[in-house]
Amino acid sequence: MRDYDRRGSGMDVAIVDYSMGNLRSVANALEAVGASPRITTRPDELSRADAIVLPGVGAFADGMRNLKQRGFVEELRTQVVERRKPVLGLCLGMQLLAERGTEHGTVEGLGFVPGDVVRMPSNGVRVPHIGWNDVRFTRTDGLYDGLGEAQDFYFVHSYTLDPADESLASGVCVHGDEFVASIEDGNVFGTQFHPEKSQSSGLTVLRNFMRACSSTV
Amino acid sequence: MLKHRLIPVLLLQNGLLVRSELFRIHQIIGNPIHEVQRFNEWNVDELIYLDITRDDTYDLRRADHRIQGLGDPLDIIEAVSRTCFMPLTWGGRIRSVDDMRERFRRGADKITINTGAVADPGLITAGAHTFGSQAIVVAIDVLRHVDGRAEVFVDGGTTATGLDTAEWARMAEEHGAGEIFLQSIDRDGTGRGYDRELIAAVADAVTVPVIACGGVGAFEHYAAGIAAGASAVAAANIWHFKEMSDRAGKRALARAGVPVRL
Repeated sequence: MRDYDRRGSGMDVAIVDYSMGNLRSVANALEAVGASPRITTRPDELSRADAIVLPGVGAFADGMRNLKQRGFVEELRTQVVERRKPVLGLCLGMQLLAERGTEHGTVEGLGFVPGDVVRMPSNGVRVPHIGWNDVRFTRTDGLYDGLGEAQDFYFVHSYTLDPADESLASGVCVHGDEFVASIEDGNVFGTQFHPEKSQSSGLTVLRNFMRACSSTV
Repeated sequence: MLKHRLIPVLLLQNGLLVRSELFRIHQIIGNPIHEVQRFNEWNVDELIYLDITRDDTYDLRRADHRIQGLGDPLDIIEAVSRTCFMPLTWGGRIRSVDDMRERFRRGADKITINTGAVADPGLITAGAHTFGSQAIVVAIDVLRHVDGRAEVFVDGGTTATGLDTAEWARMAEEHGAGEIFLQSIDRDGTGRGYDRELIAAVADAVTVPVIACGGVGAFEHYAAGIAAGASAVAAANIWHFKEMSDRAGKRALARAGVPVRL
């Protein structure tokens, strides 16, 4: 998607293009909160970015395969683990941060967050979990700063990230069972919902991520 | 708690925004690009665009129009997604995984397939494997016959398939559909309210969310769709001919005890 390469005055955010979903929407939303998003298919471009956003709509196995084919896996590890560059995974992008996925077979993930990606139980509820649901914040100093105790966000998913360490969760949501709606662990952030599709509350989350980046970079 | 969604459906024909009646009569009501700002001002839960252009038909009612249509209807996705931060679903004339990819690339979050899915249910599976089930909505157009049979129609409501609606919905889910968008042909544009029996039959047949559409003439009709089993309620015409359609629709749902995002 070379047609989208606007550089504004804000923070340089690399959006990883691995052919999995709504990159344009993510770029539009980041721009709306003052960042200078850059959609990239090239791993070497991650090193000069201030922050990395890993978006994604789709299946875990395809996502990992595409990241590997484009040479992103090693570069993401270098940037996120060694250089501690802020990363925000959105939806599938958050799931890929985990150690393992189980959609269409067990597949190794990026491994930044200890834990597995598991299918949502359909005990009395419809799966996929689609629509606006309220996220209860367990941390309010990061992504949810200024949003009170809970807000509605837009979800579209059938799998959730189940972190080995529950304290990594910064927000939880209930659909059938309680699940982790977001994680915050140092420079690693992820939301199961789509902030870029969650109207003004979503934009606030993205703005807070940018702010968290400027304090970590 | 998961909220029930209220969704405007915007119908496009040859690049123009139209209102529809019984899937046969289409009146132009505007240029979608000019209307984008208005849609974005609606603080809606989601937007569904359906491109109902049919290459092999010529609508006589359209012969006198002077409004220039869009060269490429997909430009609308880009125009809308630039400033609107809500989910966008796009349907119409999608026959391959490449067609889907193109729409996602332009800013769609979900796509709907209808005729293409009936012709080859494998298309649902291929889409679900590539983009995830949650991004693949199977749209089903249904005509209720006088004997009560609910038959699936394709090609914009012109071709009978012999398929029973609940049966086909179940098959679509098995093939990987993440949502069912259920449209009633015989209620379309009539304002008589939803076909509740149809919604109930399909909602019982599948575990994925069902979006009900077709027949809404008053905001009070929405709650009946939810009561019948729909996860989300959609409508087209009412959004263009009533003021404050979003607020008024949401309030009507809330009054009926339906949890909504206000």
